[in-house]
Amino acid sequence: MDTQQQQSAIKGAKVLMVGAGGIGCELLKTLALSGFEDIHIIDMDTIEVSNLNRQFLFRRSHVGQSKAKVARDAVLRFRPHINIRSYHANVKNPEFDVDFFKQFDVVLNGLDNLDARRHVNRLCLAADVPLVESGTTGFLGQVTVHVKGKTECYECQTKPAPKTYPVCTITSTPTKFVHCIVWAKDLLFAKLFGDKNQENDLNVRSHNAASSSKEKEDVFERAEDEDIEQYGRKIYDHVFGSNIENALANEETWKNRRRPRPIYSKEVLPESLTQQNGSAQNCSVTGGDSVISAMPSLGLKNPQELWGLTQNSLVFIEALKLFFAKRKKEIGHLTFDKDDQLAVEFVTAAANIRAESFGIPLHSLFEAKGIAGNIVHAVATTNAIIAGLIVIEAIKVLKKDANKYRMTYCLEHPSRKMLLMPVEPFEPNPSCYVCSKTPLVLEINTQKSKLRDLVDRIVTAKLGMNLPLIMHGASLLYEVGDDLDDIMVANYNANLEKYLAELPSPIVNGSSLTVEDLQQELSCKINVKHREEFDEEKEPEGMVLSGWTQPPATNGESASTSNNENAVDVTESSSGSEIATKKRRLSETQPENHKKETQNVESDDDDFMEIENPMLVSKKKKRVE
Amino acid sequence: MDGEELTEQETALYDRQIRVWGANAQRRLTKSHILVSGIKGTVTEFCKNIVLAGVGSVTLMDDRLVTEEALNANFLIPPDESAYRGKTVAEICCDSLKDFNPMVFVSVEKGDLSTRDTEFFETFDVVVIGYGSRSTKKAVNEKCRKLSKRVAFYTVDCRDSCGEIFVDLQDYKYTKKNLEETVECELNFPSFQEAISVPWKLTPRRTVKLYFAMRVIEAFEESEGRKPGACSLLDLATVLEIKKKLCEANSVSESHVPDSLLERLVTGNTEFPPACAIVGGILAQEVIKAVSGKGDPLKNFFYFDAQDGKGVMEDISNSLTS
Repeated sequence: MDTQQQQSAIKGAKVLMVGAGGIGCELLKTLALSGFEDIHIIDMDTIEVSNLNRQFLFRRSHVGQSKAKVARDAVLRFRPHINIRSYHANVKNPEFDVDFFKQFDVVLNGLDNLDARRHVNRLCLAADVPLVESGTTGFLGQVTVHVKGKTECYECQTKPAPKTYPVCTITSTPTKFVHCIVWAKDLLFAKLFGDKNQENDLNVRSHNAASSSKEKEDVFERAEDEDIEQYGRKIYDHVFGSNIENALANEETWKNRRRPRPIYSKEVLPESLTQQNGSAQNCSVTGGDSVISAMPSLGLKNPQELWGLTQNSLVFIEALKLFFAKRKKEIGHLTFDKDDQLAVEFVTAAANIRAESFGIPLHSLFEAKGIAGNIVHAVATTNAIIAGLIVIEAIKVLKKDANKYRMTYCLEHPSRKMLLMPVEPFEPNPSCYVCSKTPLVLEINTQKSKLRDLVDRIVTAKLGMNLPLIMHGASLLYEVGDDLDDIMVANYNANLEKYLAELPSPIVNGSSLTVEDLQQELSCKINVKHREEFDEEKEPEGMVLSGWTQPPATNGESASTSNNENAVDVTESSSGSEIATKKRRLSETQPENHKKETQNVESDDDDFMEIENPMLVSKKKKRVE
Repeated sequence: MDGEELTEQETALYDRQIRVWGANAQRRLTKSHILVSGIKGTVTEFCKNIVLAGVGSVTLMDDRLVTEEALNANFLIPPDESAYRGKTVAEICCDSLKDFNPMVFVSVEKGDLSTRDTEFFETFDVVVIGYGSRSTKKAVNEKCRKLSKRVAFYTVDCRDSCGEIFVDLQDYKYTKKNLEETVECELNFPSFQEAISVPWKLTPRRTVKLYFAMRVIEAFEESEGRKPGACSLLDLATVLEIKKKLCEANSVSESHVPDSLLERLVTGNTEFPPACAIVGGILAQEVIKAVSGKGDPLKNFFYFDAQDGKGVMEDISNSLTS
């Protein structure tokens, strides 16, 4: 193994690592031990306490510091003579352009989100630098190799966007706890503590919604001298009481549904809470940081304990009081953060009260936090194993040993005796819009959709473009960049608010658009098809992008699960967001025969979750549901 | 279970892994005591993983003085001679490991593992022998088996870019999740001696070649009185002779154990850090499973070879024990 050729390939290599989190720490260590001498590492994150159980290069004293920098310093302590360069920055920043990527022999990803992965994939394609991609969740993980023209690119198979829910399920008819969490986090929390001017669907839609909306808005305004507890009770009674009562008035809605129960604070809480707010006991000490929390003063300690309706209601009022008493300055610009203890408490309580109202089982703070923060299950061992596999693939890439490239799954239960299962990589998908430039088809109502909708829902959300440019024929409709003059910016902003069919160069049925990202050096064609109606439940975006097809199977195998014992774990998807694809291997040496399931969940934690294996799906689904 | 709750500090630190294996498993982990000997690359990785996971204590045994060679694949030893001069590998690794997780008690035990009496092992829940000789493995395994409490026994070896793990959990009961329900399971493990005595003809079909190759190397080191891993290309001829004898004794053809594989194992004295990370990761995962009593354990050998990239589990038990 330790041949001369291999050692010189390693020594001479210049490597870019993206991500210094769970996988990143292990990867940097293993690269350094393996003899790599020139490593660049990008990570925009800072260190948090919950990282320390696996990101072993970090200590408690490093909390709050740059991951990339601390990781570099830690590895230099046992390998002082190698060159490690750290960047505390977002990989999507313009300085990391195609020329920047071109200086590297291989790029290694240890990322936590789909967006950054797609961005790096495009830059690697444009710079023609091989990419080794990875991900873990719990005991499961995978490593894949992407070499332009030789193997599929990261986007050759669809990567579904994070799960979204129809608006009315969230606002009016929740059936699962996650719906209550989304309501508590994205609607209620945002309304009370976030930007007041944002559009918000918090109030239940009634048939004559327009008439009463002004009145309802005022409920959320707190008068200068209004007692905080009174204000809290008013909010409580409004969102859990009268809002539900209003909703019940729409008999049609409840014909085939369980009717929710309105809950008012006076039924659950005593006339006046004796609790003194602002007392010192509201601060608990975790690792030296003083954390504002509603739990200690209510005698609640264990985050895994299930609270009843009364406890949840007390937490709701207490957390709201603490926001106004201790964090007043932040009100108006808060966004939910899973590491914000008070925010997690408030959202847990609110979600549980709503769940109670709708007859949905309640959850502990620990569980609610996991759902609200899209927290990825993560352990050190899987990250270490995956990092080892990344280095093995990186060495093959450096030796240009194309026949030996493998994508490897790390499994929880053995499949044909294997816990680490290597599979030959797939060929590039000829209809991939990223690496094969195949045109896409967009069905959209060109009279009712604005250019802004197209930019937000398609160009940014679906195509993952960072600095997009939209052209229709010779006419430039929209562009992002810091080198634009004021007239152009004004012009583009005006275009954003126009309906497609009313643009200077009207987009109508049959129009062909060119959408480009200059930073990613990606260009794709979109053929527009006008369509009048969209199903609000199934097509909530009001437009459908297609034309990107799954590659055909080469060997006629059926998409059934293999006969291994894990197959029983596979549960049906309710969302239809999973895609069964068939394998296109470079050759047929591996007799493995799995339905390939892809599902993504974005998280803002440091390990990502994305699984492309039938055995892995059920584990994840628990989180997503 | 035992009533004691995790502290707020533990819940915060272990948040992400509690989401994987649950609070009960975490509580059991924090009460477990692990003995580890032979601290080379793979064992270093293993130690890091279990210290991060938050076991109760780790006791390290390795009286070798720190040398240039010991630095290879070991990120626990800073390459500063003034810092490690005169210290043993266990001592210097102990200092580094303590730093990883202040909630884990890490200590050093001096002396030779193979000469310890049975009582010594009683204080541990898990014993891991890294890079031990065949006789040490057998002897320690027998002592663990004599105890009234169950001590989980593991051996691990890495040569070239290959690794082997052996597991003996004796009579082992555990729970696993099947769809929504939790089911009780039971497995019976053979001892190390029993496992390696299984006639080669009776091993499962397509048993990985590494299993047999490792037995050849073991026999060579024992007959020549070598320390584990102390061999070179010069020994290949002798190794091939031993292979021939073993194949004859087991009535299998010599192609059962490829010469090229033996050559790799004989000459590959430098550890390959990616393989160490992988094998050390799998081993730690198995120890966590055994301590928490959750999930199907590995029974009873695991092999990794970077050359084909496969991580394979082999069940080699004779008919009496399985």
